[in-house]
Amino acid sequence: MPSTRRPKLAVWKFASCDGCQLSLLDCEDELLQVAEVIEIANFPEASRAVVRGPYDLSLVEGSITTPHDAERIHKVRRASKFLVTIGACATSGGIQALRNFADVNQYIPLVYASPETIQVLNKSTPIADHVFVDFQLRGCPINKRQLVEVLSAFLNGRKPNTPPHSVCIECKRQGTVCVMGNAGAHCLGPVTQAGCGALCPSYRRSCYGCFGPKETPNTHSLSQWWSSHGMMNADICRAYRGFNAYAEAFRRESEAREK
Amino acid sequence: MPKPSEEKARPAKNEEKAIQTPAKADGQFKITEDQIMKKRQGKSISVNFLARVEGEGGLMVKIQGGQVTEARLNIFEPPRFFEAFLRGRKFNEAPDITARICGICPVAYQMSSINAMENLMGVQVERSIRELRRLLYFGEWIESHALHIFLLHAPDFLGLPDALAMAKDHGPLVEKALRLKKIGNSIINLLGGREIHPINVRVGGFFKVLTRARLQSLISELSWARDFSIEAVHWTSQLHFPDFEMPYEYVALQHPEEYAILDGRLVSTSGLNIEAQDYENYFVEEQVPHSHALHSTLKDRGQYFVGPLARFNLNFDRLCAAAKKAAKNAKIEPPCRNPFKSIMVRAIETLHACDESLGIIEHYEPPARAASDIRVGPGTGYGCTEAPRGILYHRYDLDSNGIILNAKIVPPTSQNQKTMENDLLHFVQKNLALPKEQLTWRCEQAIRNYDPCISCATHFLKLSVVENPEE
Repeated sequence: MPSTRRPKLAVWKFASCDGCQLSLLDCEDELLQVAEVIEIANFPEASRAVVRGPYDLSLVEGSITTPHDAERIHKVRRASKFLVTIGACATSGGIQALRNFADVNQYIPLVYASPETIQVLNKSTPIADHVFVDFQLRGCPINKRQLVEVLSAFLNGRKPNTPPHSVCIECKRQGTVCVMGNAGAHCLGPVTQAGCGALCPSYRRSCYGCFGPKETPNTHSLSQWWSSHGMMNADICRAYRGFNAYAEAFRRESEAREK
Repeated sequence: MPKPSEEKARPAKNEEKAIQTPAKADGQFKITEDQIMKKRQGKSISVNFLARVEGEGGLMVKIQGGQVTEARLNIFEPPRFFEAFLRGRKFNEAPDITARICGICPVAYQMSSINAMENLMGVQVERSIRELRRLLYFGEWIESHALHIFLLHAPDFLGLPDALAMAKDHGPLVEKALRLKKIGNSIINLLGGREIHPINVRVGGFFKVLTRARLQSLISELSWARDFSIEAVHWTSQLHFPDFEMPYEYVALQHPEEYAILDGRLVSTSGLNIEAQDYENYFVEEQVPHSHALHSTLKDRGQYFVGPLARFNLNFDRLCAAAKKAAKNAKIEPPCRNPFKSIMVRAIETLHACDESLGIIEHYEPPARAASDIRVGPGTGYGCTEAPRGILYHRYDLDSNGIILNAKIVPPTSQNQKTMENDLLHFVQKNLALPKEQLTWRCEQAIRNYDPCISCATHFLKLSVVENPEE
């Protein structure tokens, strides 16, 4: 029997820019309706009132970068029935995962190291490296329509409908002219998951991979194509090292081109 | 008009943890105050997790013998090291990478980094490109100010935990606030492609510019927004403001004709008047143990204040006529030294942003080209713009291939940190007689006066490394 109790929602933040949780507040047309069917129980960015857990649904933003956060995520998991990661930081480590490719010991002299400051892990890692994740919502930032879809799917006990195909499919459906036709354009669309609405190509700009690798991406083939059109390895490597640099497919390809 | 009701105060359980230390009898109080002071001789106010701000921070105030001995804004948001990993990236990646410092004000980061790159390359964009950038930026001001005024700050004045609770008693107002916020977002959406981390701006101009007709689609909603902003100025002016003034040094950009947003000279209420590129000769950053964000100070003078109140006090005469009139009706004029009144100033700036946006759209002629040609070369570039929360400074050193050698970014919140702590110190000292729960809440409100963006403030280069436990 369906319960009359509103499910409790919590929003958690780890290392991130706050943009993905802001997407919830950016649902200006839906926010008040959402609050009618879901109890926003723990959302510090929006409220100083906190309802105690456990929570029916936790949205987790950000990546794990400190020993403290590596502990905290387990508490979040224990307090949550469903845990959904929102955004590139939480699903792939985010832009701050660029430090995963640096030699941290060489990094330290560049930066201000001081013993009394916080401890930082040498890698920025996605939430799923630490705890079980029920669903991952991609994007840097996430698409707020997809966020509403996730909430709606959760309320109706079904799987969210977020297609795993490439940005190319979105372009073709919209009738956007392919930007790869331009000499030198290094569009990541063929290997990047859809979700943004193929935004950049519709602005005559190459996709830069905000939604991370699509299912079964052929990054090697794309790099070959770029190479044959005069793109240098250093530039190919940089292209994969964006907001989803530590996602498996992008990481492997960038490392292959690094040498 | 709603009045703040302290009775409704329901601070969250896990937010507040008081550490009571044994009271010391040191006999330094007046007898008349004895009773009050007995309660307050040795204690601390601490909010472990500051709500309704962007990012993670807390505050701590120590009180001993009736004197506030220490006030700290603790910032424990994990550092993300943007300045470090910008090294080795291409110049044209800086706008998109630095946007990720903050999801609330990505346009500000894009504009400051683009200014810096164009400054380095000697690019002068044509007028209509500049106007489109101002429009995009005003969109962010409207969105960010609407969010802060109504969803983050107003609940404090009404004694409510959040805007959703506000929606119960002030339903129509919250709906209008969301509509205003949405209009700011629609400007960013139209010009930038999406609200958060827009994709359409580039060094030299835009990827694609809009036709007149597309821009004009914003007019009717913006006209509504302008009218509602006048109402918002009035509404905020009716709130109850704690009696609290401080002798701040305000710092903002100043432009000869405009209420500065994109460029200008850096000026202050104590006579500073410099080119933005001289910033680092006059301002320094220092490390403090309790914050993952560096504190900025003016050399030899110490703390200063950036943001809406600074702009209002320094550039009042450049506000549009409607904004000046609304300010006059609301009985606020420069110099305003009460930081709690920043909520009014945000409303006035929102009105100005709507008015200017309408003007930009009215006079818009699409540029001949979406972007100017740029020539990549080595050198150093500086950029400073007015983010919703105050000045945002960027500097980049490039090599001959346009690869970033060094980057320096100073966001507004780290510049306000010292001032926020000083406010806490004096505010608590002045209000020791308030019941602790109320005082704690007021302290949070005093911090929220600055609309602190903690995500912004902690991109810094500070680090001690421990190995990942699993490795």
